Amino acid sequence: MDMGSLLHQFLQQLINGISLGSIYALIALGYTMIYGILKLINFAHGDIYMLGAYFGFVATTMLGFSFVPAIIFAMVGAAIAGIIIERIAYRPMRNAPRIAILITAIGVSFLLEYGMMLIATPQPRTFPAVFAADVYHFGPLVVNSQQIVILVSAIILMAILTYIVQYTKIGKAMRAVSFDTDAARLMGINIDRVISATFALGSALAAAGGVLVGIYYNSIDPLMGMVPGIKAFVAAVLGGIGIIPGAMVGGIILGVVEAMVSGFISSTFRDAAAFGILIIILLYKPAGIFGKNVREKV
Amino acid sequence: MLKVSNLDVYYGAIHAIKDVSLEVPDGEIVTLIGSNGAGKSTTLHTISGLIKPKNGSIVFEDTDITGMAAHKIVGMGLCQVPEGRHVFANMTVMENLELGAYLRSDKAGIAEDMDKIFQKFPRLLERKTQVAGTLSGGEQQMLAMGRALMSRPRLLLLDEPSMGLAPLLVKEIFNIIKEINESGTTVLLVEQNANMALSIADKAYVLETGRIALAGTAQELASSEAVRKAYLGG
Ligand SMILES: Nc1ncnc2c1ncn2[C@@H]1O[C@H](COP(=O)(O)OP(=O)(O)OP(=O)(O)O)[C@@H](O)[C@H]1O
Ligand SMILES: [Mg+2]
Repeated sequence: MDMGSLLHQFLQQLINGISLGSIYALIALGYTMIYGILKLINFAHGDIYMLGAYFGFVATTMLGFSFVPAIIFAMVGAAIAGIIIERIAYRPMRNAPRIAILITAIGVSFLLEYGMMLIATPQPRTFPAVFAADVYHFGPLVVNSQQIVILVSAIILMAILTYIVQYTKIGKAMRAVSFDTDAARLMGINIDRVISATFALGSALAAAGGVLVGIYYNSIDPLMGMVPGIKAFVAAVLGGIGIIPGAMVGGIILGVVEAMVSGFISSTFRDAAAFGILIIILLYKPAGIFGKNVREKV
Repeated sequence: MLKVSNLDVYYGAIHAIKDVSLEVPDGEIVTLIGSNGAGKSTTLHTISGLIKPKNGSIVFEDTDITGMAAHKIVGMGLCQVPEGRHVFANMTVMENLELGAYLRSDKAGIAEDMDKIFQKFPRLLERKTQVAGTLSGGEQQMLAMGRALMSRPRLLLLDEPSMGLAPLLVKEIFNIIKEINESGTTVLLVEQNANMALSIADKAYVLETGRIALAGTAQELASSEAVRKAYLGG
């Protein structure tokens, strides 16, 4: 390969990686927010993403919604599911040992996966093309309309999330609860409500990711959340679990590395590479890329 | 204003608070003194609803608040400044104060109160966009107190506000506590610095290993032989 085509290949994979990575980022945000508040690794989070994809499927096929209403429908549906799951499965375990809650989360994950098989059969479903798949050429680079939609949607959603967390009352309460739960209670913050809101937001973002993936790969199935769920978890840890910008950056890095490995080496090593960079980064920065704590004076 | 009766609190099998009764009359400063591990913080946490008592009752302004959720108790006008400040270190001074007013929605009143807090604590004004974790210990104590005042409490619980502060700053903090009280807020003050606490309080209780050992006016306790020996350094 000459330099020109090498550069071309690099840029092409960068584009592919960023659009894939922005989906990881959307899922990783929910992991990181829920971890930040409950110190719970919500293993069922990848399945919420799957649930979102199915909600999107129902919206586009049975209800005939176009893209924007469908993604909103999926986000609302998943938000409600997230609230219900927290309420029924996690809240009674609030003071249980960490390991018991973790096992509960794994149980919820199986329930969602096999529950969906029961309802929708294990058959993959073809996600309808909600808009024309145009292909744009920028010199030798190829970008399709789905990649643009994914990236633009992800950016809009992350901007909305950042606004909510930074500037709204509920967002400030989320940060307070995640920093110091008891101090937050002493401010009059109803932590149950804040936890519900966190599950709602995190689940909605994962659902958006699910719909975008459905559009991108045209296919969804009840187990589609397993691998992206683990990768998004890796992305969250990579960025520094509990830290919102960390999840965004971690997701993009993971997507780009995967695309590069697929493009330059072989897609067989793609997943190994994801975990490889996790290990390397954590060796040097054990708390993740953004994981530096504000020093607290006592 | 606050009446705690026959309180028993357990941590698992540890009986931390044993049959504690105390009363905080409207408008006064009442202090609860005692050595490390006596159960002072546990008492305040139970009043604030962070811990549920096994027995006993807590009545605040004629309402039984025993076992009520912590956020509802704040809403009733009872706010605590916890031991060790517990400011939100990753947020700015302004955001910390805003969180203090979490249950309020009167924007104008909140802005007005924030101005008052900045007048009371000019050092916070200079640092209002600074992240709270970078404040000094004394400044964090001021922020924690200002944050609690933002909820417009009628009863303020203070847990060891002088902890770890230089003598000059301790004086300043105690003067501010007096001011807060004079402007109409009732205060329940937990302290290990018994000297200072007794000098500003009206009434005092001495807690020893979970039990009220002595009670009386601050003057009585300050001159009591037992208290002087145990807590006032002779
Ligand atoms: N979370 C907890 N779990 C178990 N025991 C606890 C817990 N918190 C406090 N205790 C115990 O309860 C007793 C009272 O503690 P508490 O913190 O109320 O004391 P304190 O009077 O505030 O002490 P200090 O002056 O050191 O702050 C102590 O024996 C302590 O070890
Ligand atoms: Mg204490």
